[in-house]
Amino acid sequence: MAVTIRLQREAFDVAAEVAALTAGRADVGAVVTFTGVCRAEEGGEPIAALTLEHYPGMAEAEIARHVEEASVRWPLLGVTVIHRHGRLIPGEVIVLVATASSHRQAAFAAAEFLMDYLKTRAPFWKEVEKASGKTWVGAHRADDTAAERWSAPPPRHQAAK
Amino acid sequence: MKLLYFAWVRERVGKSEEEIDPPAGVATVGELIAWLARRGEEYAYAFENPKVIRAAIDRSHVRAEAKIAGAGEIAFFPPMTGG
Repeated sequence: MAVTIRLQREAFDVAAEVAALTAGRADVGAVVTFTGVCRAEEGGEPIAALTLEHYPGMAEAEIARHVEEASVRWPLLGVTVIHRHGRLIPGEVIVLVATASSHRQAAFAAAEFLMDYLKTRAPFWKEVEKASGKTWVGAHRADDTAAERWSAPPPRHQAAK
Repeated sequence: MKLLYFAWVRERVGKSEEEIDPPAGVATVGELIAWLARRGEEYAYAFENPKVIRAAIDRSHVRAEAKIAGAGEIAFFPPMTGG
């Protein structure tokens, strides 16, 4: 499986990353991409910017562990996860998860699984700049619930004989 | 051992990392949090609600019951909000 995991301050080209995932491969039949974008509001208030803090070293390791877990659960051919840190303004891309498989079901499920875990287990923290000052974004109960549904015994795929 | 703090835990403690040598008897992450909270006002503020504090030992998530013996790096942070 082709795995790309990057944490970076710089913007990146989503289309180029997706193209790289499938370049030269005849076995990929499905690519699902999730792109997370910085909204212009948080909690009903406009925001000027979002700053993402992360735990270098652990963030990469935690993402890699979940990519590995996804590859055990679904027959994936490639995964790309790129997560930005630093200060972002509304409209900028925060995160890309792209999953490639022969068929769509595995690609859809793995992309959703990875995003649910990124939200609740990857060591990143968002701070937003509002007119009233800077505030840390609180964790959302809905994100925990979304991640917990994957904790049931996973349907492990059988490697092709 | 080295302690790391992130996000509002870092802001409240007033530093991003430090070396500490906790006394014998501080055996778990939960006990370490309780010990830290007694070190001063800034620590008391950072750790006023231990239930919301998340911890990692050597870059892996752990629970409050985890033993700290042998840990090189322990990090404390709020619930994560990435993605």
